Amino acid sequence: MAKYLVLIYHDEAQWVEPSPEVEAGFQGHMAFNAANGPKILGGEALQPTTTATSIRRDDDGSHMVTDGPFVETKEAVGGYYLLEAEDLDEAIALAKQVPAPWGGVEVRPVRVFG
Amino acid sequence: MVADPAVAAAVADAHRREWAFVLAATVRVTRDLDLAEECVQDAYARALTAWADGGIPNRPGAWLTTTARRRALDLQRRAATQERKLPLLVSDSRGAPPSREPEAHAVEDDRLRLIFTCCHPALSIEAQVALTLRLLCGLTTAEVASAFLVSEPTMAARITRAKHKIANARIPYRVPPAAELPSRVGAVVSVVHLLYTTGHTAPAGANLVRRDLVERALDISRMLRALLPENPDVAGLLALILLNDARRATRVDDEGELLLLADQDRSRWDRDAIAEGIALVQEALTRRPPSRYALMAAIAAVHAEAPTWDDTDWVEVVALYDVLLSLWPSPVVALNRAVAVGFADGPGVGLAALDALVDEPQLAGYPYLAAARADFLQRLDRRAEARDAYATALDLTQNSRERAFLLRRLDELV
Repeated sequence: MAKYLVLIYHDEAQWVEPSPEVEAGFQGHMAFNAANGPKILGGEALQPTTTATSIRRDDDGSHMVTDGPFVETKEAVGGYYLLEAEDLDEAIALAKQVPAPWGGVEVRPVRVFG
Repeated sequence: MVADPAVAAAVADAHRREWAFVLAATVRVTRDLDLAEECVQDAYARALTAWADGGIPNRPGAWLTTTARRRALDLQRRAATQERKLPLLVSDSRGAPPSREPEAHAVEDDRLRLIFTCCHPALSIEAQVALTLRLLCGLTTAEVASAFLVSEPTMAARITRAKHKIANARIPYRVPPAAELPSRVGAVVSVVHLLYTTGHTAPAGANLVRRDLVERALDISRMLRALLPENPDVAGLLALILLNDARRATRVDDEGELLLLADQDRSRWDRDAIAEGIALVQEALTRRPPSRYALMAAIAAVHAEAPTWDDTDWVEVVALYDVLLSLWPSPVVALNRAVAVGFADGPGVGLAALDALVDEPQLAGYPYLAAARADFLQRLDRRAEARDAYATALDLTQNSRERAFLLRRLDELV
């Protein structure tokens, strides 16, 4: 078994106002959780990037704190799942079930040290 | 020591025929692509002396597999305490003890495992093609690099990156379940088709055809056909390659210059390949919906069956392109259809069909659109416009044989 992080990318402007699509998205996540419970090690939805704070370390060792996401993109990470899967095929099959109506998901294997 | 020529030939033949068989069976034991490759290369090197001393074995593939597996187990035992570079491949045969003698059935499965791992959709198409040539055909990194006109370090990095992803993202060494099989076979077939088209008309360079790539594509298609006899995409792909390749002796003249289908000596076409291709097309086209490769092969079959250029059944060709376009809309298919329309209904109608495609962004850098327009303009005796169109085609063409052909056509108009 291995761990995979599924990053949900979306156009967050779409999520601001309640709409039937947003409601369908919530229902979709509940269905995904219900169907794949034991495979889901964790997962959360994130507040929009307007609430993000980025911290960069300067050459002199001090920290520069700025408002906004680390990388400015139209489609930002809006949530994630940490999944357990036997291999990439299983992880992809699970990730395909993750609702991402205004974007898509990225599957990243979790690095194991040792 | 001078190698015995008969032994050297037997080893070369086994390399061509059995590489995938031997490597696939060895990977299942090592579950480590690099180690397996190293041991298989070593087995081929040992064969040169062992076969000279003890005779060429009846089943070279089994000898090579046993030798490679034994070496792999030996190396793994010795390296058991050492740090491993990459994690082991995920395989469905974990825990099962490897059989001493590779049985035919298991080995067939192993080759499919290798094919599906090389052509996994999570790898870039460039990486899929490179791995296929390297692991399935046993080409060296230098040979793969020269096939795709990139430097050896670039190709080495591409292959290393792909192997790294296979191991670390756990792309499984396994035949996909039945539900996924059609789409996964589709991915494999498109890799082999890309290999074939790259060889059939080399994108750049001095030769029109990269014979080595065409041969490899044909070898893999035959292997796929043997392993997946029920699959219509596989049957269609093999038919397409056989029917196009049947014309190999006539595609260029004695000086290596490009000859159009209309000017080729049809008596020199390979009739055995055509017969085999047509039988496969007929088989594949019984499936609904038809495979796109089977439809492309059917178009090639219409040309192969016409005794002369003038006898070509263009109405049938256009009808087949219509089906192809309705199932797989693509600007390149639309372009080929427009050319066929020009031969079925006259150059004016063909030109109108081509002109409808000039704003297609996918065809912006595609020399065949300009070349086809030039040809129809020339037939309509619109010489100045034909010259402009040939000049545009020349600007977009990097293969020197194709350039020479376009220059000759341009000269006729000056």
